Amino acid sequence: MQSLRIRIITTLIVLAIGLGYMLPSIPGVAGSSLANILPGDAVNLGLDLKGGIHLTLGVDMDTAMQNNLARLGDDLKATARDEEVFVLRPNVLSDSRIEMTLLKGDQKDKFESAVSDFSPFNVESTESLDGGKIKYILAVSPQYKEEMTKLTLDQAIKTIRNRIDQFGVAEPDIRKQQGNRIQIQLPGLQDPERAINIIGQTAHLEFKMVDDAADIEKALKGIVAPGRELSVLMNKLPDGSYSETPIVVKKDAVLTGEYISDAKVQLDTWNQPYVSITFNARGGTIFANLTGDNVNKRMAIVLDGKVYSAPVIQEKISGGRASITGNFTREEARDLAVVLRAGSLPAPVNILEQRSVGPSLGQESIDKGIMSAMLGMGMVLIFMVIYYGFAGFVADVVLCLNIMLILGGLAAFGATLTLPGIAGIILTIGMAVDANVIIFERIREELRRGLTARAAIAEGYSKATLTILDANVTTVIAAIILYQFGTGPVRGFAVTLTLGIITSMFTAIFVSRILFDLYTKSRSETDKLSI
Amino acid sequence: MGLQLIKSNTQVDFIGLKKIAFVVSAIVILAGLGSLLIKGGPKYGIDFAGGMIVQVKADKANDVNVIKEAMNDVDLPGMVVQTLGLEGDHEYLIRTSSSNISSQEVRTKVSEALTGDLGADGFEIQRLEMVGPKVGADLRAKALEALFYAVLIIAVYISGRFEQRWTAAGIMAAALGGTIYGVGLTGLDMGWLIVVAMAVTIGLCWYLKLNYALGAVAALIHDVTITVGIFSILGKEFDLTIIAALLTIIGYSLNDTIIVFDRIRENNLARKNSESFGAVINRSINQTLSRTIMTSLTTLLVVACLYVLGGAVIHDFALALLIGVFVGTYSSIFVASPILLGFGPSAMSEEEEAVEA
Repeated sequence: MQSLRIRIITTLIVLAIGLGYMLPSIPGVAGSSLANILPGDAVNLGLDLKGGIHLTLGVDMDTAMQNNLARLGDDLKATARDEEVFVLRPNVLSDSRIEMTLLKGDQKDKFESAVSDFSPFNVESTESLDGGKIKYILAVSPQYKEEMTKLTLDQAIKTIRNRIDQFGVAEPDIRKQQGNRIQIQLPGLQDPERAINIIGQTAHLEFKMVDDAADIEKALKGIVAPGRELSVLMNKLPDGSYSETPIVVKKDAVLTGEYISDAKVQLDTWNQPYVSITFNARGGTIFANLTGDNVNKRMAIVLDGKVYSAPVIQEKISGGRASITGNFTREEARDLAVVLRAGSLPAPVNILEQRSVGPSLGQESIDKGIMSAMLGMGMVLIFMVIYYGFAGFVADVVLCLNIMLILGGLAAFGATLTLPGIAGIILTIGMAVDANVIIFERIREELRRGLTARAAIAEGYSKATLTILDANVTTVIAAIILYQFGTGPVRGFAVTLTLGIITSMFTAIFVSRILFDLYTKSRSETDKLSI
Repeated sequence: MGLQLIKSNTQVDFIGLKKIAFVVSAIVILAGLGSLLIKGGPKYGIDFAGGMIVQVKADKANDVNVIKEAMNDVDLPGMVVQTLGLEGDHEYLIRTSSSNISSQEVRTKVSEALTGDLGADGFEIQRLEMVGPKVGADLRAKALEALFYAVLIIAVYISGRFEQRWTAAGIMAAALGGTIYGVGLTGLDMGWLIVVAMAVTIGLCWYLKLNYALGAVAALIHDVTITVGIFSILGKEFDLTIIAALLTIIGYSLNDTIIVFDRIRENNLARKNSESFGAVINRSINQTLSRTIMTSLTTLLVVACLYVLGGAVIHDFALALLIGVFVGTYSSIFVASPILLGFGPSAMSEEEEAVEA
């Protein structure tokens, strides 16, 4: 047996560290001057205790891929045109391929070198058509596709982070997950639906010219002239809902949200909020030329495929500014400005999972958790003293120390405390005394065999220690597996359970022994042990 | 000496009670399995089945029918309204099986319906959870994987641990891993894979004469089956926290069994020739009975507090633990030990005995 003094010093050091880490979590300590000398911060609370929203978003990679391929195809077409090679508008096919038709067959070599030099495409197959045209099927390599997927995901995360920062949420947690998923945790949010709208909106802003000459009736039947498309004009009604009017616009966007440098909410003369956008230098030039060329024509402002307004261009606008009106409420206008400033998502996102907990439920859970822990612990403490006398008191002392170490450990490791985590601590209270029960029952047996108190204690501890270690391993195995496979709250449970078992072995075996040794030291060899 | 719930000279003939215990266990297990069969498997919560739940707290006691009536006009697919937690909490859960509608729409519909019947201040939406079918399937696969690995690792651990025969445990691990890998290639559902893993574990324990391990594995299968069965009978839903509870029960049940088996092995090594193995088991159970009861009591005490006071969200989790801890204690005495008796002490113990003699 090591010397008692060394064991006491070890224990005191461990307890001091545990206490230091635990104290900031006690209400009242955090703000006081005491907090300055303490090592850590308070225990992190999970969203189920703090209130907030947990989202899992799936990035629609198919659409992202299609958009990307279409853009790459257009780029290739433009590059070819610079070389005076003319191709028809590319068509996006499935399996990350596009179809392009070369108008003059004798430009085959020139086109193919443009493909290999200036685009990520490879020629998959060709087919000669009438009139010397050649139809090309172009494909991107799997590596390129993978890289593009990664890039899209990174960009989506960056955009979402931007939006959340602008929206103003403290300590958001945004992570990439397997399967093109993004996990977002926003603590302490009052209005989850608004946050979801801001995060989930693609916010792809386009300016398109309206084709007023088009026949709407025909368009509704599906007959649209080439280069035109049918869209809907959203008209906000007084009750907040929208009515939709069909409108035909030119397919090619004349300007997009990419060129926006700023967006903010302003009020018009009737105090009606609208979003004022400022283009960057390049965008400003494009916009000026565009408006200059199209005076008295209508231009549609399209957000995510829906037309929000289609004003008539009165005159050339050269200040690099435009405004989006649409009978917005102040909140809607502010949110729109946020998403426009933060940029559009590279692909639509779907909400795959959502869990939102109101702050009142979180606080209620904490209160109820503490309540049941207190009551459970109180009953166990009383029970142990009644049943084991002095030894029960020792078990109680080490149980309290154990709880302190669990809380300190949570803070020290930066673990998150969740509602099941609290349940884990409560369960540990019940199971932690197990180690002492095993030891005490063993000591009682040894006493019955006629051993002196000191000998019985030594015997009891040495026989029981291995059993305790062994028995706890199974629970730790279960907890580790839980941690490995569990999500948020369940992980919290696995953490507190594991931590509780480890600290309980320290307190119940190591620390309680010190108390017994001190007790027997102060008494004569023949004194009876209260156990 | 302090109080003693169990007198030190207690001599209950537990082994003699094994027939009664067998009948009791069989009835409970069959009832549970029957319920599972009738209901077509366990009832999955939204974590696994997908869908949406809205937790509503009313400021005063409302009959669940008031809430149901209020929700009647609302058109939500597969809607179910139920009371949550204890009656006094007046908390209700509105669940819909669809995850296609927007959460905003559901929030609005629930608010409108309840405002009409309860008044605007009469309730509060406390929690909303939506799990899409993809995530639901993922979580289900993850939960099954967790159970599967738990069974696998624990089977290997206890065969090594109880018998001190790590070679046998190694063979066990390899054989089990190989079989599962082979069966896994056939694309069998993970749920069935777990059943196969358990059957293989028991078969291997029997073949390798790992009888302590056999008893322990049988006991934990017994405990999990009963907990799942009772949950099915009570119409409770399975979600992630219940899986956490099941894994904890596995840990607890083994913990209990290990303590009893350790004592059996210790006593068996020092056994006199006149004493039967059954008598050794009985003596061992009696010697550890005080500890078994004490620990179960303190654990049940705190879990009961959690069940009563812990709030609606944690209610079912606490219930699962309550059942599991109780059954786990029962099984180490009445299931694991009689099975050990049926197959006799393990080969190793006999070898050790030979050495001792």
